[in-house]
Amino acid sequence: MSNFYLDNKDLQFQLDHPMHRKIVELKERQFALRKDYEQAPVDFDDAMDNYRRVLEITGEVCGEVIAANAEEVDHEGPRVANDRVVYAAGTQRNLDAVNAAGLGGMTLPYKYDGLNFPLFCFVMANEMVARGDAGFENLWGLQDCAETLNEFASEEIKEFFLPMVSEGATCAMDLTEPDAGSDLGAVMLRATYDEKSDRWLLNGVKRFITNGDGDVALVLARTEDGTKDARGLSMLVHDKRDGGIKVRRIENKLGIKGSPTCELVFTNAPARLVGDRKMGLIKYTMALMNAARLGIGAQSVGLCEAAYREALKYAHEREQFGKPIIQFAAVSEMLSNMKAKLQGARALLYETTRFVEIYKQYAHIAAERDLTPEERTEMKFYNRLADAFTPLLKLFSSEFSNQLTYDAIQIHGGSGFMKDYPCERLYRDARITNIYEGTSQLQVVAAINGITKGVFVEQIAQYGGFEELRRKLDEMVARVDELDKQTPGYKDFHARRLVETAGWIVMAQLLERQTKEHEMYVDSAEILAKLAQSKIDEAYTYLMHSPTGDVELFNRVQNEIL
Amino acid sequence: MKKLNIVVLAKQVPDTRNVGKDAMTAEGTVNRAALAAIFNPEDLNALEMALALKSQIPGTTVHVLTMGPERAEEILRDSIFRGADGGTLLSGREFAGADTLATSYALTCALKKLNPDLVVAGRQAIDGDTAQVGPQVAGKMDLPQVTYAEEVVEIKESTLVIKRRLERGVETVECPVPAVITVNGTAPDCRPKNARRVMRYKNMPLTVWGAADVDPDMDQLGLNGSPTKVKKIENVVFRAKECKRMTGTDTEIEGMMKELIASHTIG
Repeated sequence: MSNFYLDNKDLQFQLDHPMHRKIVELKERQFALRKDYEQAPVDFDDAMDNYRRVLEITGEVCGEVIAANAEEVDHEGPRVANDRVVYAAGTQRNLDAVNAAGLGGMTLPYKYDGLNFPLFCFVMANEMVARGDAGFENLWGLQDCAETLNEFASEEIKEFFLPMVSEGATCAMDLTEPDAGSDLGAVMLRATYDEKSDRWLLNGVKRFITNGDGDVALVLARTEDGTKDARGLSMLVHDKRDGGIKVRRIENKLGIKGSPTCELVFTNAPARLVGDRKMGLIKYTMALMNAARLGIGAQSVGLCEAAYREALKYAHEREQFGKPIIQFAAVSEMLSNMKAKLQGARALLYETTRFVEIYKQYAHIAAERDLTPEERTEMKFYNRLADAFTPLLKLFSSEFSNQLTYDAIQIHGGSGFMKDYPCERLYRDARITNIYEGTSQLQVVAAINGITKGVFVEQIAQYGGFEELRRKLDEMVARVDELDKQTPGYKDFHARRLVETAGWIVMAQLLERQTKEHEMYVDSAEILAKLAQSKIDEAYTYLMHSPTGDVELFNRVQNEIL
Repeated sequence: MKKLNIVVLAKQVPDTRNVGKDAMTAEGTVNRAALAAIFNPEDLNALEMALALKSQIPGTTVHVLTMGPERAEEILRDSIFRGADGGTLLSGREFAGADTLATSYALTCALKKLNPDLVVAGRQAIDGDTAQVGPQVAGKMDLPQVTYAEEVVEIKESTLVIKRRLERGVETVECPVPAVITVNGTAPDCRPKNARRVMRYKNMPLTVWGAADVDPDMDQLGLNGSPTKVKKIENVVFRAKECKRMTGTDTEIEGMMKELIASHTIG
């Protein structure tokens, strides 16, 4: 029996973080929800008992069903028949299993038949699903769309759609179009209000839509005739049963092949408006994307876990020159680095999750009653941290998942290049993580604010330790501030070096903090600190020797035309 | 078919996949404390068959009956998390040390109180591997039995059409209800535990019956009612002591066949 929760001590450790007591109390409204819902926990211990039990069920479904189907799903993939998506048989079995286990609507309130679990449980579940099959994580993780409805939609919409998701309906977020990828402000799909049916009718094309044939679709569309930018866009929700969306084709992808990536044609597809007009991109899509980035963080960490385990197993089994290859220094160093990165990324994942969760819970509570001044301050504090940490997490975890799956193949040698071992699938699956939901380059753009506004420096000081690395970060930030005034573009040029420096320090600090609670982190913390030191030294040397002329130097390639 | 009152017979068993030196007590019974306790695998297949019938025949209920020490209640709760409506534990010193005969007798006493339309059990338990309890219950209840069942192919007005998985093929039979069905490990896996049911039922009280509750003939219970005595169990690992290499020519294969027949290894 394979259980992805019970076999993972690091994951179990994350569940017991001291800050979770506060989060659970907020989520359960000081356990007052028990009055109306018999399934609600009576106290903190009761709640944690529920989480453990359900994570154990999730771990079993992931280990016994989802992981077991992964290879077959990768080979078979979904197909289009009569304008609809037909999932691979294994994907359908996965969906049946997660639905039988009642894992839909994990974070949704009891009122909408949800489990009302904290976000950290959902992230843990996501991570385990991704470890089993990263492509399937997309389908299952998209239930997160319901959170955006829960946050911004009218009560009428919530009462209609959220119980569907709790019962296992799948979701899609229909954002990208052929000419609107990273630049979503250019979305052209038209929404026109039809008075007779009191619905908006959608017309146009969407592309690269994950699970585009899902039961519930959140659609970014242009409601304001004649506009051309983000201010004319609104968010709408569509029920698949109403018809009007056809799947024109499914992309043939490098990885996550079980997850259907669709091109959709909308012909008078009826939809309802979510929240206010014109706020579609500016507010709701940004919330959706932030949640999705946390999801990719979980997906990436799941891939890291899978890659590390495959590599470790093989390194013990494979013998060369009369001994297992793990006994060669070159291999054991790779594995040690992989483990440190895996645990560092996971620590960052759950730290970010906590920041996101606290401010989101206050936002929900604010809809029920006025927040106290202290609560408002706290909400702002965590909102600011969440905005800075989310892109940092997405950047590091996705890059790490690429590095670890690459290393896993390397450890397998020639065998890893063949289709005989799972590591080649993991490698292909990981490749999308630093591209979708905003490329790594865009995560840097989002995270650099955290550098210039001082969020990272403050939080890093709060965590403490690592004085030398912090001093280097301060020097780098000071130099960039100064030289950017002389040569605009200097900050952009060095943004990634600054963000990565902050990220390495944060991860080293988080693992260091974990060593105080559990000895299993001692080695990884020391190894991650070494990696941080060397990466920061490299960035520091580059940046401190970089004249303002570098901006122009690296722009010159723009004149090169083939 | 009208709604059924189904009782699933289940057993908590020591995980015999890892038998160590202390697997036996001095009295020759299984030392339960030394081994992890699990839901007998084929009883999970039986539970799934019952739950599938419940979803197909409106009004049907699934109740799980087990006999064992207090902790055997774990598999009842597990069953409820997977979709069963309730569970009863037969527990007490009087039941202890029972062989299949005494076990089937005790279960029959309880079943008479539960009055089921259908009894579904796993083919056999991994600790004893006898496959006797299901058929013995059928005998004592005077009910028809379908053993080695893999799938209920059709539900008719008063009968069930059942596919049996036998050593040399498949047999499809039609049987009236009430009946006893024993289910093979080749039947569909049991559905997972359900998160919502876990939250609702984790503290639900379960019925525990002692000997007095099932009105038995005390001489037929437990050790008293068990003619079987286990002398010893051990973990046997098959290992080839010597091996012969051949290249696969016709003469070699023919020679090997003759040799194996002569030694009565085959044939």
